[in-house]
Amino acid sequence: MRFQPFQLFLILLSGLVLLFIIGPLVGIFVATSPDQVFNTSRDPEVQRSIGLTLWVSMAATLAFAIGSIPLAYLLARKDFALKRLVLGIIDLPIVIPHSAAGIAVLGFVSRDSYLGKLGSMVGLDFVGAPAGIAVAMAFVSIPFLINAARDGFSAVPLRLELAALNLGASPARVFFSISLPLAWRNIVSGLILMFARGMSEFGAVIIVAYYPMVTPVLIWERFSSFGLSHARPVAVIFILVSLIFFIALRLLSRTKKDA
Amino acid sequence: MLELKNIIKTYPEFKLDDISFRVDDGDHFIILGPSGAGKTQILEILAGLVDPDEGNVIVDGKDITGCKIQSRPFGIVFQDYAIFPHMSVRENISYPVRFKGSGSKQVLSMVAEQAEAMEIGHLLDRMPKTLSGGELQRVALARTLIREPKYLLLDEPLASLDVSLRQGLRSLLKEINDKGQTIIHVTHDYEEALVLANRVAVINQGRMVQIGSADEVFHNPGSEFVARFTGVKNYFAARLYREQDRQYGELANGRVLRLNTDEPEGKGFVILRGEDIFISLENLPTSATNQMKGQILEISPSPFGFEVLIDTGTRFYARITRESLQNLALRPGKEVWISFTSKA
Repeated sequence: MRFQPFQLFLILLSGLVLLFIIGPLVGIFVATSPDQVFNTSRDPEVQRSIGLTLWVSMAATLAFAIGSIPLAYLLARKDFALKRLVLGIIDLPIVIPHSAAGIAVLGFVSRDSYLGKLGSMVGLDFVGAPAGIAVAMAFVSIPFLINAARDGFSAVPLRLELAALNLGASPARVFFSISLPLAWRNIVSGLILMFARGMSEFGAVIIVAYYPMVTPVLIWERFSSFGLSHARPVAVIFILVSLIFFIALRLLSRTKKDA
Repeated sequence: MLELKNIIKTYPEFKLDDISFRVDDGDHFIILGPSGAGKTQILEILAGLVDPDEGNVIVDGKDITGCKIQSRPFGIVFQDYAIFPHMSVRENISYPVRFKGSGSKQVLSMVAEQAEAMEIGHLLDRMPKTLSGGELQRVALARTLIREPKYLLLDEPLASLDVSLRQGLRSLLKEINDKGQTIIHVTHDYEEALVLANRVAVINQGRMVQIGSADEVFHNPGSEFVARFTGVKNYFAARLYREQDRQYGELANGRVLRLNTDEPEGKGFVILRGEDIFISLENLPTSATNQMKGQILEISPSPFGFEVLIDTGTRFYARITRESLQNLALRPGKEVWISFTSKA
């Protein structure tokens, strides 16, 4: 009981921070009438951009997961020279400004680059195209997947993998039957984080592809051309869509674990 | 036949130094030593989980030192069992034989058979987190044995079981060994070694101290460490039986001792610690269940005082303090009475 005033102080500060997060979100909903939201949701441009944002982010997440999950496994299990450097490199996209990341990605995928040339040989355009958006989204969101998956693999007792090898399983079978299922919960939450981070990306995406317009770019365009009242309903709809996906995927990953 | 030749492995805190031994097919080979002696590390080197710095592991004349874990003829049961938590008992046991070309019907019958032998047939559909330690251990044994490893490696299999379960597992291990399964088994418990092993290697601080038949090691400890560690010189093969709710053990020479034990009837051992034998000059009434007269053959200094060898027709080693030795004025040739309560 001696600490009560101090505890009150802690609760007060915590409450302020929570309010700081919830306040603007509640504010945007209060300031937007259901009519506006309904009418905006029927706007084909809005619908198209939300659809595009979701599927491109989903595709980017899944495509890059193929390489990221093995990388995470290696990082969790193997020690090698310069491992700390590699870990630092993986976190780079989180710390650099996303517009700068966009510039970097643009140089990497532009029509003059090797990747751009390679892409155009098979008819795949990056700049101003979904493929470019996916690369930009993946660039800024991939650390979330790699780090979550690495934590997951690290938490799998090495002993279980050794036991499986001792029982005659090949390293590949050990990975698919032991390590991957046991790390699955972390991997799924990494996938969700990567997907959510990718679809909310603005800075890197707008530099690589203004068109076709993902929703964060559309919100910005409505704001700069028509003002706050036109941007707000789109923002509300996108927040709702994000929340729905976020909650649904969380629930999905939980039931997977319990099953 | 398995041979370890001059294995050396340096760890941050200690070193396995020049470990060599041989295990014949059908042996129950026990590596006995205090915790931290390097016993588990030897098993890890055998199974290939860890590579030695120097030395060779040779199986039937073939050097397998650098071989992959999954192609070695060792099945290891870890001390913590390493049961896969996301698989049912059935899936755990079938893990080594699934995908091995066996049809699923055949796999199921192999699993059923193995589970039956381990007495866990009723647990097949359970998940590991609902099982007790003893049950998990049997799952681990079944999962390892289903692959029919040439050598079964056991890491302290009895240590984490409570007393009531130990007896059951001991008989199970005996049964497995009797069927011809070679077992290499590490423990810090000399009783386990006495009862189960046909050959014993004593290890201390990363070095082999003595290797031999259980009999040799326990009756002729080659060093003070072994004597102190093995601790028991009075141990006798015996036929255990019950009469009117009392247990008896008949020794090889026909002498019958009253016992205090839950061991089943049949072949067994009588184990008696030197400290538990009391020496008196007359036949005193005591609560001990065995009393007999004998003659002192030998008195020798021991780590805890003196060791007195008394011949009563059967030879017993009693451990006594210097004080008792002087009070009773014991000397070789003197006739004394000994009394003890013994267990099997």
